[in-house]
Amino acid sequence: MSRPGTDAQPLRVAIIGAGPTGFYATDQLFRQPDVVVDVDLYDRVPTPFGLVRAGVAPDHQKIKAVTAAFDKVASHPRFRFFGGVELGRHLSVDDLRAHYHMIIYTTGAQTDRRMGITGEDLQRSHAATEFVAWYNGHPDYRDLTFDLSQERAAVVGVGNVAADVARILSRTPEELATTDIADYALEALSASRIREVYVLGRRGPAQAAFTNPEVRELGELAGADVNARADEVELDELTRQALERAPDRGTQKKVEILNDYAHRTPTGKPKRLIMRFLVSPVELRDDGHGAVGGMRLVKNRLYATATGTLQPKATDQFEELPVGLVFRSVGYRGVPLPGVPFNDDWGVILNEKGRVLDPQTKHPLVGQYTAGWIKRGPTGVIGTNKPDAVETVTGMLEDLARDIHLRPADPSPDTVERVVRDRQPQYLSYQDWQRLDELETRRGKETGRPRVKFTRVKDMLAALGRA
Amino acid sequence: MNIASLLAKKGPKVITVQPEQTIRQALALLADHNIGALVVVDRDGGPVGILSERDVVRNAARDEAVFAKTVSALMTKDLILGVPQDDLESVGHTMTNRRIRHLPVVDQRRLVGIISIGDVVKAQRDLYRGEVETLQFELTEEHGKPATR
Repeated sequence: MSRPGTDAQPLRVAIIGAGPTGFYATDQLFRQPDVVVDVDLYDRVPTPFGLVRAGVAPDHQKIKAVTAAFDKVASHPRFRFFGGVELGRHLSVDDLRAHYHMIIYTTGAQTDRRMGITGEDLQRSHAATEFVAWYNGHPDYRDLTFDLSQERAAVVGVGNVAADVARILSRTPEELATTDIADYALEALSASRIREVYVLGRRGPAQAAFTNPEVRELGELAGADVNARADEVELDELTRQALERAPDRGTQKKVEILNDYAHRTPTGKPKRLIMRFLVSPVELRDDGHGAVGGMRLVKNRLYATATGTLQPKATDQFEELPVGLVFRSVGYRGVPLPGVPFNDDWGVILNEKGRVLDPQTKHPLVGQYTAGWIKRGPTGVIGTNKPDAVETVTGMLEDLARDIHLRPADPSPDTVERVVRDRQPQYLSYQDWQRLDELETRRGKETGRPRVKFTRVKDMLAALGRA
Repeated sequence: MNIASLLAKKGPKVITVQPEQTIRQALALLADHNIGALVVVDRDGGPVGILSERDVVRNAARDEAVFAKTVSALMTKDLILGVPQDDLESVGHTMTNRRIRHLPVVDQRRLVGIISIGDVVKAQRDLYRGEVETLQFELTEEHGKPATR
């Protein structure tokens, strides 16, 4: 049989995970002038866009606007979307191998890293990602509850997710009401009694991962005064030397902003947001009823590793932080997919530059690829997944040129659609999604919001007249 | 960003050589795997040195008998080791300044990977590209409709 990639025999590709990376990979495949490609993009949830919909904060609509580029990709005549179809539940890897020449896994990092401290599993101790998915209306997380009757909360971590959580906790109901935050979250956060939010970084301000726009935003909240401690934002000797050796405008600016926060006097806003550095939680205290009643912190100092990275080392100074609610945001990890080799060391699919490897031979598995966070771990911004997806697609095209691909028994697009319909009759197509998008946006217009999300699968189906 | 994400997509194999192996054997490994350096490990798998193509070339230029020598005679023993949590930025800086082209990475003394200066440069480039991509999009959004091409 001739090599796939022609009009008569298009290269059939299944992509698992309709987040940004899934769309970037699709886009890159459609840009090939000499290869005719069909892409079927699958997602576990009925709606596309992954973390752009369920991760990016509702008050960051500008970042969410990247979906306009994904819509354009989806308008390609050889694109299909299957929402609400899960690998391992509705389809297996063997099913995919029976219908596609190549498969790309782009499922992201679905779980959080744990702190590994006593009390981590107490009530009112949560993964920040769960809170994020909750306020963004993710169907799997919408029924979680968070005790917002507490007055003090701590967010462990100083990445952009930590900044998002701290900001959402500190926003006024009026600020939140102009976003597309889930209705139930808006209601719960409007009744929140939280008045102090601590953001805890284990290293210094210069090593914090959040970006300058996000740090600056924390200083511009309508209902919260931001604060930091002068002794913690002042640069230590090692950091000062490192910045002298390799001056970095962005880092210097970040330190300046945080120094400004340390010298601000509270203006009497109802809430306070306190940025702490060089501290690590060592224990969450039980309040006597199985819930968080406080946090024990250790003070850190920095030391340089052999490569010059500044890392925290615990001192013998401790302090108690009287918080009743804790969100950990100390990193993310990929979740293994049924039937796909996993690299436990890094929490990613076992791969070399996007080619999935056989765990025994360490050689690439024919026709299986990966991209995005499940390939390299959770790093960078949304756009970082574009060069990453390009690397994977480049490998796929090299393999195709060497005639290395799966030999599906039945590559017909109609057959696989029948199989999907048979296993998951309620799957959503891209047209279905566009209809939902229109309805959500219309509901938003009525209340002056970007959109009002459907957060239950059955509500989505009902809105489409399919319940 | 730390260097674990560079190792994550490099596969699990690190090509190693033992100190008592010959340079001839080491060269075969370099050629077979199309790489520029080998991590030299002791019997327990702990890294004790690194042997680069440069080490071999320099010696071969003045010593015809180099191929029969042992790896331990030519390897660089003054090893700088990375850990997965090292920042990409400081690793890049250290490798550039100290002219290190390959950095073995250990986790609790266990060799978990090796990264080349090429890996570092590519990761930095991808980070910048990603940021530019995202910023460009936000900027075009801010001024109305997204740019179309």
